[in-house]
Amino acid sequence: MDMRVNIAGLELSNPVMTASGTFGYGVEFKRYGQLEKLGGMVVKGLSLEPRAGNPMPRIADAPAGMLNAIGLQNIGARNFVEKRLKLLPWGETAVVANLYACSASEFADLAAYLSEQEGIAALEVNISCPNVSSGGVLFGQDPSMAAAVTRAVKDRSGEMPVIVKLTPNVTDIASMAKAVVDAGADAVSLINTLSAMSVDARTRKPRLANVIGGLSGPAIKPVALRCVWQVAQAVDVPIIGMGGITSAEDVLEFILVGATAVQVGTANFIRPDFAFRLVDELAALVDELGIESWDDYRGSLQV
Amino acid sequence: MFGNACQDTTVKSLTRFGKGEGDGEFIELTLEHPGLDNAAWKLWKPGQFVMVRPESFGLDPLMGRPFSITSADEEQGISIFFQVMGQGTRKLASLKPGEPVTLWGPLGNAFAVRKDTPTLVLAGGIGIAPFYEYVKRHEQPENLRMIFGHRPPLACYNWERAQGVCSCEAHHETCRQDLMDFIALIEETVPQYCNDGLIIACGPLPFLETIKKVADQHGGRAQLSLENRMACGVGACLGCVCDHKTEGPVSVCARGPVFWSDEIEL
Repeated sequence: MDMRVNIAGLELSNPVMTASGTFGYGVEFKRYGQLEKLGGMVVKGLSLEPRAGNPMPRIADAPAGMLNAIGLQNIGARNFVEKRLKLLPWGETAVVANLYACSASEFADLAAYLSEQEGIAALEVNISCPNVSSGGVLFGQDPSMAAAVTRAVKDRSGEMPVIVKLTPNVTDIASMAKAVVDAGADAVSLINTLSAMSVDARTRKPRLANVIGGLSGPAIKPVALRCVWQVAQAVDVPIIGMGGITSAEDVLEFILVGATAVQVGTANFIRPDFAFRLVDELAALVDELGIESWDDYRGSLQV
Repeated sequence: MFGNACQDTTVKSLTRFGKGEGDGEFIELTLEHPGLDNAAWKLWKPGQFVMVRPESFGLDPLMGRPFSITSADEEQGISIFFQVMGQGTRKLASLKPGEPVTLWGPLGNAFAVRKDTPTLVLAGGIGIAPFYEYVKRHEQPENLRMIFGHRPPLACYNWERAQGVCSCEAHHETCRQDLMDFIALIEETVPQYCNDGLIIACGPLPFLETIKKVADQHGGRAQLSLENRMACGVGACLGCVCDHKTEGPVSVCARGPVFWSDEIEL
């Protein structure tokens, strides 16, 4: 079967992408597989200036998942472009820049800079990080703020596809998706992590220095599927689904409920060659199930 | 460029040291060497580590666990030495020969070796793990002095393996006074290596903090191996950072785990 998919003009060789924050700047994984094999990779969230992130400890175990409160530590957009982007095979796999900022105008400046860089194929706007005190999930929980950020980014990103990453930490994710699509989003990706915490009964302390963090991994997959399903009923743009994918069957489940592509996140920590293996496993499963085209299979859930 | 440094292997053997089972137990876990497809295994050095994730973890815990490499040899296998402390090590302790394990590594950097330089090797508890091979490989072991502080009995630590190669002193801590005596020994010994010697250390954080404080005060060159919790082991998740004085937060897995003490804040 032809494994290619198209996200608002962005053509991917297959639907498997890696999720921001779980794949570094891509170069960290060169020892573990061929980056060219991936449909795309979304790099660590970038801000205009470098950010130090949150205090340690930043990660903790959770049943069938993990908690993180990294706090968007990153080297800054300029350093990424100058020092990392050239090391990526961007002619052969889609490199998507994930953007984080504290205001709509800062998002716009960041979008303007990144959209001019050769090698970046699309922008993913992070209005859904639960681990930062300003911006982050607050933008993603208010439809008018989410729309304002989306509009600001669209105005300054030229022809480059703009994907808006949504948070599940809202009452009605479909209305958030509508708000950003009405504001010009070319695609949406979902879900970011679920706001969560972990505490130690013996020490009486939280396990994360930030107290609250984001839950990811297989534990959140049912929530993610529900969100993708609801958003797919509400908007008419491509959806990139993510949340707890650990197998090729999981990928198909997301496509079945309406996703065009998927992002693999926490599974990259289960083993660093996970995403590369998943591309092969997906192709084999598609053959085994006799799926003939993504267009036929996508959203074909029978309810 | 090395091949895929993430490989599937199996448990070769599991050796228990000391008495008793359960939390606090000491175990040497040896995995079948995955072969030299990954050329980095030919070049591994003490101080480097591996991420280990047995299939029996299932989805809980999800993350693999980092361990110093105790030894790695194509014939003998790859060994790690650990104390059972929590969910991950409890599951590791129940592995049987032949069980599948995912292994990625060797990862990170290694301890400095200066064969002509008087070198003080400081190990605290399970922090002895990387030093068995360090002292064994050293070209001039007469330049090494190892001081080992421990609470459980020496029988828990395969102590014979470290002995006979270089000068080794073990200090058993059974009460607060023993700890005070051990700290006094470190405060007295570290400065002796601060002019033209080398100090390398691995152990619990308060132990490393003491060594750093004394070494920094006397302008010594000390290397400390940090043991932060990790998710990926490859520098991607940024879950294990420490504060580097000039570079800000840096990944312990990718930039370390061994750091010069005057470069970092603890």
